[in-house]
Amino acid sequence: MPMQPFENFRGIVLPLDRANVDTDAIIPKQFLKSIQRTGFGPNLFDEWRYLDRGEPGQSCVGRPLNPDFVLNDPKYAGADILLARHNFGCGSSREHAPWALADHGFRVLIAPSFADIFHQNAIKNGLLPVVLDEAVVDRLFELATAGDAPLTIDVDLHNLTLDAAGFGVIEIAIDPFHHHCLIHGLDDIGLTLTHADEIAAYEARRRTETPWLFAAAN
Amino acid sequence: MASPRTLYDKIWDAHVVRIDEHGTSLLYIDRQLVHEVTSPQAFEGLRLAGRTPRRPEANLAVPDHNVPTTDRHLGITDPVSRLQVETLGANCRELGIRIFDMADKRQGIVHVIGPEEGFTLPGITMVCGDSHTSTHGAFGALAFGVGTSEVEHVLATQCLMQKKSKAMLVSVDGELGRGVTAKDIVLAVIGEIGTAGGTGHVIEYAGDAIRALSMEGRMTVCNMAIEAGARAGIIGIDQKTIDYVRGRPMAPQGALFEQAADYWLSLNSDPGAAYDRVVHLDAASIRPQVTWGTSPEMVLPVDGAVPDPDEIPDPVKAGSYRHALAYMGLAPGTAIGEIPLDKVFIGSCTNGRIEDLRAAAEVAKGGKVAPSIKLAMVVPGSGLVKEQAEAEGLDRVFLDAGFEWREPGCSMCLAMNADKLEPGERCASTSNRNFEGRQGQGGRTHLVSPAMAAAAAIHGRFVDVREI
Repeated sequence: MPMQPFENFRGIVLPLDRANVDTDAIIPKQFLKSIQRTGFGPNLFDEWRYLDRGEPGQSCVGRPLNPDFVLNDPKYAGADILLARHNFGCGSSREHAPWALADHGFRVLIAPSFADIFHQNAIKNGLLPVVLDEAVVDRLFELATAGDAPLTIDVDLHNLTLDAAGFGVIEIAIDPFHHHCLIHGLDDIGLTLTHADEIAAYEARRRTETPWLFAAAN
Repeated sequence: MASPRTLYDKIWDAHVVRIDEHGTSLLYIDRQLVHEVTSPQAFEGLRLAGRTPRRPEANLAVPDHNVPTTDRHLGITDPVSRLQVETLGANCRELGIRIFDMADKRQGIVHVIGPEEGFTLPGITMVCGDSHTSTHGAFGALAFGVGTSEVEHVLATQCLMQKKSKAMLVSVDGELGRGVTAKDIVLAVIGEIGTAGGTGHVIEYAGDAIRALSMEGRMTVCNMAIEAGARAGIIGIDQKTIDYVRGRPMAPQGALFEQAADYWLSLNSDPGAAYDRVVHLDAASIRPQVTWGTSPEMVLPVDGAVPDPDEIPDPVKAGSYRHALAYMGLAPGTAIGEIPLDKVFIGSCTNGRIEDLRAAAEVAKGGKVAPSIKLAMVVPGSGLVKEQAEAEGLDRVFLDAGFEWREPGCSMCLAMNADKLEPGERCASTSNRNFEGRQGQGGRTHLVSPAMAAAAAIHGRFVDVREI
């Protein structure tokens, strides 16, 4: 699916002070029964966010909120940058996790590390995962949780910088191909299909070298 | 002379179609497994773009996550689950993709049926919209989980855009003690390197203890590479690999098989091949493992005691331990053997194969499930595993001991069907994840081997299988 090009913006930071946040926590399994790609936002972090048990198809309006969960703290209303601890997105390969995060309104994720499959899925959905040193993340947590006002960060993907209020400019690193895809909002299947001739040539060679991979299966 | 290469290097090099100016490779994917949960949006994406699968015959589909494990003849009662399974069937029929539907005796968990059918082959690249695709690395294949966008990408192009991972060697040296299994090896590895220890890496497992494992055991070890953070686990190809694949329905036959086998054996890592990280474990020192927390790295030997967060210097880790203990309802210092259990689950893509059921049955034989256990269930990984187990009389062993004997599927590994824990219930499980809510909201999971799970069912608590 083609995605929207990533635009620079100023965002509000939600500090989720947990390590190893797994994709079961991001979007619990019962919501994976949907055959749609949209509508997962209200069930993002469902088991931490609500006090009752969520079921697919149920409206989340009026469900009892867990006042102790940071997503429900009015201070962080409208947050679009998620700050977390190491190994964010571990576990299942469910792309419903980045779908839910994006559907809720998150556009940037900051952590000392991300799980590999989640990282790839995030990029495919126009979410920007930013890996920062543990010490920088620690400081961002302090800034985000201190005082009554939320921390804001100016995200400049074109120049690869974050400018965090009270901290300053942070240079970010990203794979050049991912950078290219995010900025241009590429349909990467379309991009791959422009190389159809090379794929066909590869297949022709492999038919000779490894014919068992092309023999009709019984 | 060419520099020595790893098995991963060789498979990778053989599958690169092209490399772009950013250094990203277009990697050819030989095989894709498809299930009902992560595919509907991929098929819909294809349809919206007016595309069709490049090689329908390179895909094999099966419903597994949502299927009921009881009263299969009644179909799926949950309408949302039923629609998802029906959607898979409709998509596959429309696009000419082979599917084993719920009534087919070959139906089962994707990662059990791939090897069983010979769809999984050594030396191939394989993906599935499921993180436990790492299982197939046991055959010396490069197999990893992908998201739905990549499922669609592979359907449309038979390729993926990938950056090569780093290589980690995990060598398990020496011989395992009696009663210690592949599951204990992989839990010990995760305990050693942590759930992010393998991030950015492909883990090659090697060493005497790995070579000594059966193909089933190797699948268990590779299955949980993802729980160590590695997208793929891989094991060198040997005669056991070749013997397992020979004669499988979808494997090459006759002269073509012999040609393939020669090629497969040439793929193993060269002596002196370089790894970015090497980890050694002493097999003899591995004891039966039990997880106590909400991440697979929170694991202890069966004779251990739950840790005290106040003694953990790292504040982030101490915080994780406090969350985990609160969720699990455990006090620091509690001995693993004192934890009372409510349910037992034997099955999953980690431990739902015939050898796993044999190991559990050997422990269960002649015993009775403890009265304090509300439910002990055995869920075979596939219809063929079930058939084999019944031919060996294992179903009678379980039923006589008071276990339930179910139909194949993912079941209570992730509780997308009716099999789930109630809030607060505590389960000894042969599955792969002990995350919060994984087996049902509020449910508490302890990961163990099949033998340890069966022993826990009989005794109502964890016991050391080496002492029974």
